[in-house]
Amino acid sequence: MDFGPHLMLASLEGAVISAILVLTAMGLSIVFGVMRVVNVAHGEFFMLGAVFAWVVTTTLGGHPAIGFLAALITVPILVGCIAAGADRLILKRVNYDPDRTIVATIGILYIIQQTTLMTYGPEARPVEAPFNTRLSLPWFEFGENGFEIFWPWGLSITSYKLFVIVAAIVVLTTLWLVLTRTKIGLIMRATQQDSDTAQAFGIPVGKVYSWVFGLGAGLAALGAVLVVPIQQAHYLMGGDPLLLAFIVVIIGGLGSLPGTVIAALLIGMSDGIISVFFSPTLAKIIATFLVAMVLVFRPQGLLGKSVA
Amino acid sequence: MAAVNVLEAKGLTKIYGGLEANVDIDFQLPEGEITALIGPNGAGKSTLVGMVVGRILPTRGSVSFEGADISHLPAHQRMQLGMAYTFQITSIFPGLSVYDNVALAAGQKLAGDKGAHDQKTRQVLDRIGLADRHDQTAGDLSYGHQRVLEIAMGLAQDPKVFILDEPTQGLSETEVDAFIALIKSLAGETTILLIEHNMRVVTETADHITVLDQGRVLASGTPEEIRSNAAVQAAYLGTTTDA
Amino acid sequence: MSKAAKSNALHLAILALLFALFFVLPAYHVGAFSRIMVLAIYAMGFNLLFGYTGLLSLGHAMFFAAGMYGFGLGISQAGFSVAPAFLTGIIAASVLALVVGYLALRTAGVAFMIVTLMFAQTVYLVILYFGEYTRGDEGFVIQSAQRVFFGIDLTTETARYFTAFVLFAICFLWAAKLIQMPFGKRLVAIRENEERARMLGYHTDSYKLRALVVSGAFSGIAGASYALLFGYVGASFSTVQYSIFPLLWVLLGGAGTTIGPLIGVIFMFYLIDISSSYTTAYMLIAGVVLVLLTLFAPQGLAGTLRKRVFPWLP
Repeated sequence: MDFGPHLMLASLEGAVISAILVLTAMGLSIVFGVMRVVNVAHGEFFMLGAVFAWVVTTTLGGHPAIGFLAALITVPILVGCIAAGADRLILKRVNYDPDRTIVATIGILYIIQQTTLMTYGPEARPVEAPFNTRLSLPWFEFGENGFEIFWPWGLSITSYKLFVIVAAIVVLTTLWLVLTRTKIGLIMRATQQDSDTAQAFGIPVGKVYSWVFGLGAGLAALGAVLVVPIQQAHYLMGGDPLLLAFIVVIIGGLGSLPGTVIAALLIGMSDGIISVFFSPTLAKIIATFLVAMVLVFRPQGLLGKSVA
Repeated sequence: MAAVNVLEAKGLTKIYGGLEANVDIDFQLPEGEITALIGPNGAGKSTLVGMVVGRILPTRGSVSFEGADISHLPAHQRMQLGMAYTFQITSIFPGLSVYDNVALAAGQKLAGDKGAHDQKTRQVLDRIGLADRHDQTAGDLSYGHQRVLEIAMGLAQDPKVFILDEPTQGLSETEVDAFIALIKSLAGETTILLIEHNMRVVTETADHITVLDQGRVLASGTPEEIRSNAAVQAAYLGTTTDA
Repeated sequence: MSKAAKSNALHLAILALLFALFFVLPAYHVGAFSRIMVLAIYAMGFNLLFGYTGLLSLGHAMFFAAGMYGFGLGISQAGFSVAPAFLTGIIAASVLALVVGYLALRTAGVAFMIVTLMFAQTVYLVILYFGEYTRGDEGFVIQSAQRVFFGIDLTTETARYFTAFVLFAICFLWAAKLIQMPFGKRLVAIRENEERARMLGYHTDSYKLRALVVSGAFSGIAGASYALLFGYVGASFSTVQYSIFPLLWVLLGGAGTTIGPLIGVIFMFYLIDISSSYTTAYMLIAGVVLVLLTLFAPQGLAGTLRKRVFPWLP
């Protein structure tokens, strides 16, 4: 393949990565934004989403589309409930004290991960995509015969991957509408601004926190359900999404939702493109180091506004 | 009086995003005397003191200490030169014993000499009346005792300039009396800058008064001069004495 | 007895007990305790920063790894003997701590945790990237013939136990001394109220950096000791898990106490040792312990003892 088609392929892969990443990072960002909680267990909610998707689809059987649809609806809710329960049982009781909350979520991380290892096992298991037509993509060239369109070998994407991109856009739009146009969004923003005042105005802050924590985990789980037909479900799969989501949230500015979306696109696309052209380890080294430096020198994020 | 000024501020200005907290403030602390800084809430007292001790970076202006320009020095170096500062909102080491709190304050200068360090700590605790509580955890003390402890920490630093930010806030009348006696006993030993709301404390202790209003120096002089100053009466004293 | 005398007596008693354990414990547990003492050095280093200075690092594995690889590569690549390789390990960890501290200490709180986590992840990836020398995840073995110090073969169970004991004793007493000194008191002051410490004339940034370097050096000593005594160097020691372990040990034993790190390591080591004979998911124990500690005993075992029974506990 030439450079042009190769780049296009990489960009499409990048868009798929971005789509999953934006959902996962959005969950982390909302939780941090509203509750000021750094949820280290976020990656494990992602992993739970993938594993539950496998459980639901294999239990139901039949046409892959039926199981997948069922998983898409039930799994995020289920994972959200587990997260809300963890919030109630644990985080609420340490009063969301920053140090203790982080330690507690590290604990939750291992509990979820290791319980999955004990029950689901160490195998990686695939989930069949509901549809998976390979779509060839055209490329163009100005050759001897002028403008030409042709179909290079290998330049293609599956219909499922396109679906992932579209689904992420739909979810994001819905989320954005809920946050800006509904009473739920208003309550969340009020709690984010000043939880004490919100409490005084009769907003049940404790419940809002549980819902938000559940919503954050649910978004990660949704991303995982979408990714599991592309990538298999495995008990250790939560680590990378956690790290990437962290990177996105930091670059985008902690708690800033538009920043999170832009950063997810940036990171997802560059991850897709870099890993096609460079050694993945080197790419990760550079990315991780740069993110640390961003936090050191621009803690408000690359896209956030300076406080001073 | 030909008093030497141990600390001088010239043209200190702080502007927060267009909001003028302090504008072109000149003021000085004559050595060995007690100066009170008064003014209504929001007059800019805290910002001014913040710039003097180095906690707030001024927009412009300079501060000199014993004739040397210290404007570029960070707070901890100003303290090392011989300033001490007590916080408006009580700020101690809650998990440590009363003794350790004071020892930490004294230790900046004396940590190299164990005997002198211990002696200084005990002496300050005696003077301030906390000697019998030296073993208690500071965080368990009553509010009044915590404020006293904070002053003790300032004393233990053996400061040339001792800056107290609203030290009597929230104290009972008898505690205020004890504070006044303590401050008077320090006169001559050290130079004191008192930021105070309680006018009784100010009139009973201060040699000089500087009145701040809306970020500017409204008047400056002896207590008599200030009392007879019409502008001050209008802006400040009139309202509080009537109350 | 005065407070200081009591704590000295306690420290010496603990060392005497550890010395005596060699003669009474069965071989398996002698080996376990060699490992425990080395890991306790790591925990003590972490405790200096977390327990005393109040800085929570989630990336301490990078300092442990720096000590381990400084030592291991010193032997395998530079052909050093034990002493200079050991020194290389300590220097590597200290220098890394200095650089990381210089950068990371510009942040505080949650940002400090994430920055240290990211730096540690970078170190881990760098180790993988230079797999040609480090052998990546697989790691490399340091030959028994190279683990000889002044003619003493450090691979025998006895030599291993007593080397670990001596290293532990030095670090244990040094840490206890350090927190009695004005330097240690000032670290505690920073933990309690940084702004107040600054306004007493202390350059808190410099104290925090020094605390991080000492903490990194302890971790480096532990990493180099581990490679020396157990003959293995591997990237798994630089993973997030090995940054979480010292946090777990110190929280369990009691942050900000001299004996907490050792107690925490002993308990965790045996908890994991026993549970891993039943299941591969032994880290479940770590998770449960972390959650229970944050919920019910944030001061850990020694911290709770100090609060309830022995207020003089150092």
